[in-house]
Amino acid sequence: MRRYILRRFLQGLVLLVLVATIVFFLGRLTGNPADLMLPEDALEEDRVALIETLGLDGPLHKQFGIFLANALRGDLGDSIRHREPAVDVFFSRLPNTLKIVPGTMALALILAIPLGILSALYRGRMIDRVSGAIGVLGIATPNFWLGILLIYVFSVQLGWLPSARMGGPQHYILPTITLGTFLVAGFMRLIRSSMLEVLDSEFVKLARIKGLSETIVVWKHCLRNALIPVLSLWGVLMGGLVTGAIVTETVFAWPGIGRLTYEAVIFRDYPLLQAVIIMDAVLIVIINLVVDILYAYVDPRIRLAE
Amino acid sequence: MKNLPWTSLFIIITMLFMAVFAPVISPHSPIDQTLADKLIPPVWEEGGNAKYLLGTDVFGRDVLSRLFYGARVSMIVSALTLLVGGGVGLVIGIVSGYVGGRLDNLLMRIVDAALAFPAILFALLLAVTMGQGLRTIVIAISLLLWARFARVVRGEVLAVKQRDFVSLARVHGCSPVRIMVTHILPNVMNTFMVLLTLYVGVVIVAEASLSFLGAGIPPPTPSWGLMVAEGRGKVASAWWISLIPGIAITLVVLAFNLFGDWLRDRLDPKLRQL
Amino acid sequence: MTGDTVLDVRDLHTHFFLRRGVVKVVDGVSFSLRRGEVLGLVGESGCGKSVTALSLLRLLPQPAARTVQGKVLLDGEDLLTKSDREMRQIRGSKIAMILQDPQTSLNPVFTIGDQLRESIAKLHPGQDDTVMRRVIEALRKVKLAAPEQRIDQYPHQMSGGMKQRVVGAIAISREPRVLIADEPTTALDVTIQLQYLKLLQELQQNSDMAILFITHDFGIVAKMCDRVSVMYAGRIVESGPVRQVFDNPRHPYTQALIASVPKMRRQAGRLPTIEGQPPAFSDLPRGCRFAPRCPLADDRCRTTYPRSYAVGSEHTADCWKVGAAVL
Repeated sequence: MRRYILRRFLQGLVLLVLVATIVFFLGRLTGNPADLMLPEDALEEDRVALIETLGLDGPLHKQFGIFLANALRGDLGDSIRHREPAVDVFFSRLPNTLKIVPGTMALALILAIPLGILSALYRGRMIDRVSGAIGVLGIATPNFWLGILLIYVFSVQLGWLPSARMGGPQHYILPTITLGTFLVAGFMRLIRSSMLEVLDSEFVKLARIKGLSETIVVWKHCLRNALIPVLSLWGVLMGGLVTGAIVTETVFAWPGIGRLTYEAVIFRDYPLLQAVIIMDAVLIVIINLVVDILYAYVDPRIRLAE
Repeated sequence: MKNLPWTSLFIIITMLFMAVFAPVISPHSPIDQTLADKLIPPVWEEGGNAKYLLGTDVFGRDVLSRLFYGARVSMIVSALTLLVGGGVGLVIGIVSGYVGGRLDNLLMRIVDAALAFPAILFALLLAVTMGQGLRTIVIAISLLLWARFARVVRGEVLAVKQRDFVSLARVHGCSPVRIMVTHILPNVMNTFMVLLTLYVGVVIVAEASLSFLGAGIPPPTPSWGLMVAEGRGKVASAWWISLIPGIAITLVVLAFNLFGDWLRDRLDPKLRQL
Repeated sequence: MTGDTVLDVRDLHTHFFLRRGVVKVVDGVSFSLRRGEVLGLVGESGCGKSVTALSLLRLLPQPAARTVQGKVLLDGEDLLTKSDREMRQIRGSKIAMILQDPQTSLNPVFTIGDQLRESIAKLHPGQDDTVMRRVIEALRKVKLAAPEQRIDQYPHQMSGGMKQRVVGAIAISREPRVLIADEPTTALDVTIQLQYLKLLQELQQNSDMAILFITHDFGIVAKMCDRVSVMYAGRIVESGPVRQVFDNPRHPYTQALIASVPKMRRQAGRLPTIEGQPPAFSDLPRGCRFAPRCPLADDRCRTTYPRSYAVGSEHTADCWKVGAAVL
């Protein structure tokens, strides 16, 4: 177990270094990164000063060294638009994202787990068809468009819910549905297919031979096994979650890190984008580590592996 | 050809037709602005005009014509990214699975890392550093695809490798490259075809999302994602600008996904987990 | 039937309802088990043995398979008419089963103690200490070394042979009347197979449990069973006491099966094999199902299913040729 977590931790570190390296070299792809890092109306003396502090006139490996050393100290440059350290901007926006993403995620799981299980148990029946249709539609509807559709129906036509920005509880409804639909659809399909596989297994047959009730067979013997593939595919789901958060926050003008990412792209604020990506990577590595520990808790074959 | 998903096929063929014949069937230019005719609603709405069946956008451009040309953009991006990303994934998957050992280990570690990090962030970064354009978007989405293709293809190669004709070819002294091309490749083609179909939808959504975020196809070229973005501020007064291309995206992605599911069940039921 | 009969299966029909049609996997199977007896059910893989077993427990794959006709009398009560709830109380307590592959029949995420406890706790609800003691006792009965330590282990920490012992412990933990063993040693190493068979014999001799032993191996039948029923394409074609069937097999299929068992004493030569393939269930021959592969088959064999002939005490065979010889 300790070795497993250590290995996962090291893999996370490798990923961080990889991301930092790519960010660094992409910045150098199109000439002097100082041009990407400064506002267009910057003075020539500012430019020279920046080149000097970042060692941009030195050899590449030296520049990379300075970049990494700065990053480790938490200095990822200054945002062009906000005129303050990019990392500070990131942390000022992070709480707003934390107000919406984890809750949506939990809600999605609370909905998707029973739906996935029920569709597997009643395969081909009404509930399976309905949730199957929701799943297929949820995957095919890009969330930026779903968000706009919801705004059109519930804010413009019906006037029930606010269309943008943060505020009271009713401000959370549309963004949650927008971000959650895709997650529910994805989780549900995954749980359904792994549940079907588990239901077909020999150990479930043996549990029934023992005379256990269906409730125990399903919720004790099947569920934990069915969650294993969900946890092992977590990394792939994270990609969808990040994309979803960027798009949803953009559509609803929600001032979190997703919206910040969009603004960095739109305003070509390269230092900010660079900082957001590296900080995202840090967050992802931390979350993945938590999931890996959860994974080991669920699957003793991992927990007890030597 | 029993149980063919006719509805999906119909939508896919319609989309291909729109993409190929866009210049012929478009009633107007997708780019030229006619400001006098701006924000005209679709023909069935009050104030609609038969000249513009699906209405016009804020610059007076014909939504229908932009929809046709947008199909073209989606198809070109899909074809190029699947060729590049899918192709790279296919080659890496075959080599990794067939050669095995340390190389396999290394390549799969890289695949894991690529899967662990959201591709959209690199796509956005590329758009800012390289500038928007077709080249950027193809590279960005290929980065998303290759690792997924490589992993599935590799798994398939591991199974094919065990079969007798591969051992036989090896005993007969065929070179590894020759075995990979003449024996392994044809046997993973089914899987590859299923993957291609299943990922058209992913590519279309990815392109639309990037264009929506201002990191995809640069304006004024019509892309469905860009059209949705342009109409976003106007949903209250001119819903058609963003809702119509959105419907097109959903329909086409739905059609490709259902068709892909059907193809998978026929050619390669093992892939059901995808 | 005598008062000793524990399980009496009469004219069992189990069909699979598939999109391409109805498949009659079990098509009129009858047999009975007496107290303390081991009945072998032999046949090639895919002849319907396992589906027969699952029909008895009413655990057929849903919704495709259904038992459409017949009786399964356990101590005189028909299991096919029981409610789901009653059936759950019967499973594990009166009738238990050992599955073929120990690698997959235990749940990977629970300890073996936990999986054994689930079964035993039904006997002693609320008495954790007694349950614990019985769990260890059950493991000791199947000769698992150091059971006190084993109960906290997970299946992946054990060998296949040990896991199959645990499955055996679960099966006998509530002293069932009938134990169904579905190819319990097929997935084990050859060296462990014999040990496991001996264990089963011992367990049976210490109780009056009846065993339905499903196998494709006539060699194991000879070692383990008192009586044997030979199954082919969904029907029982010959049954009788093991010695009689072995010494004097009457159905051509039984003869071929026995001829293909290697004999230790004789010089190892080329083993005879049965020509051809068993028929597909979706395309069964009209007459005797073995006719297409039978060297003796004539027109009547191909058109009419043979009736059952008594060829000895408790020894029957479904074959026209046998009938001709007997009469």
